[in-house]
Amino acid sequence: MISFHSVEMRINDVSIIQKLDLQIKAGELFVLIGPSGCGKTTTMKMINRLIEPTSGRIEINGEDVSLADPVELRRNIGYVIQQIALFPHMTIGQNVSLVPRLKKADQAQYEKKVDELLDMVGLDPKVFKNRYPAELSGGQQQRVGVIRAMAADPPIILMDEPFSALDPISREQLQDEFVRLQKTIKKTIVFVTHDMDEAIKISDRICLMNNGAVVQVDSPEKLLQRPANSFVADFIGIKRLKGAQERQAVSSAKKATLPRWSIS
Amino acid sequence: MNAFEFISRYGGQILELTGEHLYMSAIAILLAIVIGVPLAVFMTRNPKIAVTIQTIINTVQTIPTISLLLIIMIFLGLGYSTAIVALVLYSLLPIVQNTYAGLENVDKSMIEAGTGMGMTRLQLLTYVKLPLALPIILAGVRIAAVVAVGSATIATFVGAGGLGEMIMRGISTTDDQKILAGAIPAAVLVVVVDMLIGKIEKRASYRVNTARTNK
Repeated sequence: MISFHSVEMRINDVSIIQKLDLQIKAGELFVLIGPSGCGKTTTMKMINRLIEPTSGRIEINGEDVSLADPVELRRNIGYVIQQIALFPHMTIGQNVSLVPRLKKADQAQYEKKVDELLDMVGLDPKVFKNRYPAELSGGQQQRVGVIRAMAADPPIILMDEPFSALDPISREQLQDEFVRLQKTIKKTIVFVTHDMDEAIKISDRICLMNNGAVVQVDSPEKLLQRPANSFVADFIGIKRLKGAQERQAVSSAKKATLPRWSIS
Repeated sequence: MNAFEFISRYGGQILELTGEHLYMSAIAILLAIVIGVPLAVFMTRNPKIAVTIQTIINTVQTIPTISLLLIIMIFLGLGYSTAIVALVLYSLLPIVQNTYAGLENVDKSMIEAGTGMGMTRLQLLTYVKLPLALPIILAGVRIAAVVAVGSATIATFVGAGGLGEMIMRGISTTDDQKILAGAIPAAVLVVVVDMLIGKIEKRASYRVNTARTNK
């Protein structure tokens, strides 16, 4: 579990994050969303201390992250970024096994894990393990980027707009795969995006932010049915809201017209 | 004396001088790499001092070769060491400059990914920054090598030998054959060294460049 306790972050006198209180439950896919500059990426990066808060406390399973060794902390938190950033001079196998190698893990063990992970995202280890990132398509590269974060089996994974640089078709495909993947691995995932459709599709809970503060934290269904204010409604967009309300109306209407003789 | 007679008479000597020439330049380049690369790494970590170091190295480059040799000779006397120190000072500029530029220009997302995955500063340098900057560093080494092999002809003024000695003997006895016997091998050496390091550079940059063009 990750918890933020009145976390604030300012650069000079500009407030980036204002008094943030958040609870991210273990095993949930938690999406941070908001317009650009709302502080969603900053919030995420404070978890693995790429950015330090000005005040407040962030805890992982009750332990204050500011007391942890940043290098050790980061090795136990998976990290995926938008630019993918596979190392071009390392093979796919070397890229994926990087964190286990940094942790000086047993070679036979992590080699097996790498094969397993490659299989999991549909890349045949025999074909891809010894290739270089430049020889892969964008979608394949991002799959590797995602499994690279999982190689050391971290309980938490941070993802910063991992699919936004992809074309719409591979994005959809990767999102589907990702949802399936999460069902099997059940990690705590903090996922930053600016794409509402993506958030609705993959998340367990969505945290909508604006100007460095949380506006609403709810499950996607609740967010669609009961937006807290006009900003939330605007951000979700009239089309999605209507769609959700219609679906709800249809389902309640169905209930209402159940024939009298049915066994309810 | 025709060319054939000349070679049979002076061939051994030319080979020996070429050996000296290469020895001096090779040691100078190796030293320049050993000093220059860590210096550039240091500069990337201390941007304020970086400017000062850069200025000093640039200034050294503007001193004419002969004056530099003589200045060093005051401290080290005649011989190899004086020549080698001068050559090191000359080869330092391209190596430091290219290493610094190469390290500074490593894609920021690579550094973020490395840091985010839990690399220490040293690991970030050895796993990510240096390998990615390698093609640019090697380009610097290539220029340094050409400069060093080229200016090593002047080492003869401090009694360090090298192909310059043959050229000097030719000049003092107004013997064109001797001048050419020194100048031609010296020129060939420069071209060969340039080609060799160019090949290595190309191999090193292959992966990194394909990755860049694919983006």
